[in-house]
Amino acid sequence: MNFFRKTLTGALAGAALAASALVNAATAQEDTIKVGILHSLSGTMAISETTLKDVMEMLIDEQNKKGGLLGKQLEAVVVDPASDWPLFAEKARELITGDGVDVVFGCWTSVSRKSVLPVFEELNSILFYPVQYEGEESQRNVFYTGAAPNQQAIPAVDYLMEEEGVERWVLAGTDYVYPRTTNKILEAYLKDKGVAEEDIMINYTPFGHSDWQTIVADIKAFGSAGKKTAVVSTINGDANVPFYKELGNQGIEASDIPVVAFSVGEEELAGLDTGPLVGHLAAWNYFQSVDTPENEEFIATWKARMGDDRVTNDPMEAHYIGFNMWVKAVEAAGTTDADAVIDALPGIETPNLTGGTSVMLPNHHITKPVLIGEIQDDGQFEVVSETEDLVPGDAWSDFLPESKPLKSDWIELKCGNYNTETEKCLGSSS
Amino acid sequence: MRLILFLTGLLAMIMAVTGPVRADEAELRAAIAKFAEATKFSETEAVIEEIAGLGDPAAATALNELSEGQVMVRESDGEVFVIRGKDDNVQLLDPLTLEVVGTATEDDLRKIKIKNSIRRMIADVVSGLTLRAKDPKIRMQAAETIFSRPDEDIIETLDAVIAEEQDDRVRQAFIDARAAAVLDSDMSEAEKLEAVDILETRGGRDVLPILTTVSNSDIATVAEAAKTAIASVEERLMFWAAGQNIWYGISLGSVLLLAAIGLAITFGVMGVINMAHGEMVMLGAYTTFVVQEVIRNSAPGMFDYSLAIALPLAFLVAGTAGFVLERGVIRFLYGRPLETLLATWGVSLILQQTVRTIFGPTNREVGNPSWMSGSFEVGEILITTNRLWIVVFSLVVFAILLIVLKRTRFGLQMRAVTQNRPMASSMGIATPWVDAFTFALGSGIAGIAGVALSQIDNVSPNLGQGYIIDSFMVVVFGGVGNLWGTLVGALTLGVANKFLEPYAGAVLAKIFILVFIILFIQKRPRGLFALKGRSVET
Repeated sequence: MNFFRKTLTGALAGAALAASALVNAATAQEDTIKVGILHSLSGTMAISETTLKDVMEMLIDEQNKKGGLLGKQLEAVVVDPASDWPLFAEKARELITGDGVDVVFGCWTSVSRKSVLPVFEELNSILFYPVQYEGEESQRNVFYTGAAPNQQAIPAVDYLMEEEGVERWVLAGTDYVYPRTTNKILEAYLKDKGVAEEDIMINYTPFGHSDWQTIVADIKAFGSAGKKTAVVSTINGDANVPFYKELGNQGIEASDIPVVAFSVGEEELAGLDTGPLVGHLAAWNYFQSVDTPENEEFIATWKARMGDDRVTNDPMEAHYIGFNMWVKAVEAAGTTDADAVIDALPGIETPNLTGGTSVMLPNHHITKPVLIGEIQDDGQFEVVSETEDLVPGDAWSDFLPESKPLKSDWIELKCGNYNTETEKCLGSSS
Repeated sequence: MRLILFLTGLLAMIMAVTGPVRADEAELRAAIAKFAEATKFSETEAVIEEIAGLGDPAAATALNELSEGQVMVRESDGEVFVIRGKDDNVQLLDPLTLEVVGTATEDDLRKIKIKNSIRRMIADVVSGLTLRAKDPKIRMQAAETIFSRPDEDIIETLDAVIAEEQDDRVRQAFIDARAAAVLDSDMSEAEKLEAVDILETRGGRDVLPILTTVSNSDIATVAEAAKTAIASVEERLMFWAAGQNIWYGISLGSVLLLAAIGLAITFGVMGVINMAHGEMVMLGAYTTFVVQEVIRNSAPGMFDYSLAIALPLAFLVAGTAGFVLERGVIRFLYGRPLETLLATWGVSLILQQTVRTIFGPTNREVGNPSWMSGSFEVGEILITTNRLWIVVFSLVVFAILLIVLKRTRFGLQMRAVTQNRPMASSMGIATPWVDAFTFALGSGIAGIAGVALSQIDNVSPNLGQGYIIDSFMVVVFGGVGNLWGTLVGALTLGVANKFLEPYAGAVLAKIFILVFIILFIQKRPRGLFALKGRSVET
């Protein structure tokens, strides 16, 4: 089964690759700056990543309307890695060496990012990664514009603890690296805060899990121990819809057992009858409902381009910030040369869509506000809590013993994982 | 919070003595109007407290609407309304009487923001106000709310309403709520022991939190009684949990059955390894989506019938796709399983990408008709209505298919062709057409499975992929070529999975099942119900 799947997708991908190379050769022009877009347009992840391709094309068009960059027009080079992790690496190589792009915006899952890391390091190019992730990484060629755990998971747990008085925790996630690492950090954090072992329940489910009856019943049972209970969900993608449906069907209401999700945004809710979900929470750094002039303009441009029923979400904002930072850095450096831009990026400031100014930090993460939103019956979020200041992204979590002493600083230390105890740099990757 | 409940309780007491006296309506309206100035959560809370202080049951309507997020402020003059409808066509309702008093567009209105803690606060206040409501259902709900968040200040009020209550079930709910409140208070040991008894009799999962708290009580006798009560309640729950697991298993099994039953025809009877089977399921689900879209736009009142309309259409759409697939691809590949496998896999990718191009990569919303939403309880077993319908539906589909195979002329021809093709052919049966229609039947069944699965799963281009492995597993396990095997196989795997899941977790349970099937196939290569006879050898 798997063998055939691999050979087949491989063969198809080969054909697609040849075709795209031909097309690109035909349209290639010398006087443009090429921007690579590495998002899956087919396969499982197409549901999330297609939107990011669309928003990148929009941002590039908008920049061209403003006169381009360094007097040149920008040109988007789109490839389709087809939700196939090894293919991400091939496509990344293709973009950098074949098409000669100066920067790549792409990836969604952590495993796809991990698969392209060596390529970007070897060919010395730049990747902007727009999705919230588990942290524990800082690479010279990668700029992380999504949230690190301290910019999403930890504040969400704090909110539940302080505002909702939660004492018992269900950490439910899909079985892969992001939920596992995030839950490890959260478990350490909760224990640090004095939550007992028996008040934490951890549960993993396979990708695309659709039969949630037992797990929801377990959560219900776990929640009837006399202490306020909440679910922290790192359930990914499609599995969320049947999960929330089952919660609604079994009569678990947000005011009894709230669920706070890290992977459910406006896009995911678009395919869902949100009636039974009202009051459940999500933690992000951006919501479409945030009322600022920048956001209003962004949404208007997006809807004018893509249609009225399209929504905006957090990773889109991350690309918006990332792209603007890159533009500013190229302008500051006066060139698109990778080394110059990598050195110019830390310290670059650009307005985000929630009314603040995000800064690129020396550890290649950015500062972001943390927003907690409640799901409304129109599929949007109502912000119920917001951090006062922007939170700087922390590459290495302080709550895991093995990563506590690590520090990332590409300006002073020129190192992504400097051990402050042994005062040694451990090398380029984790 | 306690103070409010006390106040509402006190007012209710006074009302009980002096007969229903409505607090000044103007005063209540003035309080509700204050929502217009409340822009922070804390300010909204203050207004709710003020309304609660008035103790007027009429406020319950407005508060409930606020909890539903239906209370808005007109920007132009700051008046507060309950609203219905959206966009340009919003009706404005009076917050007390719910009479329509005007219309507005959404741009003129500002919603009063609420959050979970405010929803809880409203539920508490409303329960205090509605203990004497006319509708027994509302009184029941008030009792349940107090039960889940008991408060000692309300005990006196409860004593009063228990004495008045006519409806036995509601009175019992009040007594239970009072017992919960007693255990939360500083009342005497005897009172508490009695309350523990009441809760033990009530049983169920929701008494456990209260009893667990009490079992840490300072009074030794009460703590001891609570511990015994917990043990007895848990024992009863254990018994029900087994029943619950069987139900979950049957429900999962019925989903497997639905997904696999079409494959039992195309793979089981015809022997075609059809990797595009899952995509037929997906086509059925998308047909449901299209039908619902059309109904939403043209005849919203028909929504509850959307699934009934979608069923025959899904059968036709998927059946036609199956027919074309058989005529166009598979018939050239009979007897070459490897090529069939690759070709149908290719077709499945093409179908997926086609659907993705037409409908977009994101999930499409397929709504549940009202008769498929919600749940009911049998003892301690919670049965969700949509799952129940799917179990019934899968059995009906199975029965119909069985009748088609055993009792119709087409079924007879089909069996004849699969058992001995040359003989059937020499008897004058047009075997190529029987093949085509058999394949179309199998695909059509997959299509109607898609209608049912759209109710519990995402409607996305990847829908079919999730079911293809499970379907093959069921057919192989149950015995190739035997419909009864598919039924028994699906239910066995479903129940086994659900009994393993609580101990092993969802991921491991799946692995165990796979390993089990591999071992089982080693022992019985033809599955549970092997076909016997000459046909097997050819």
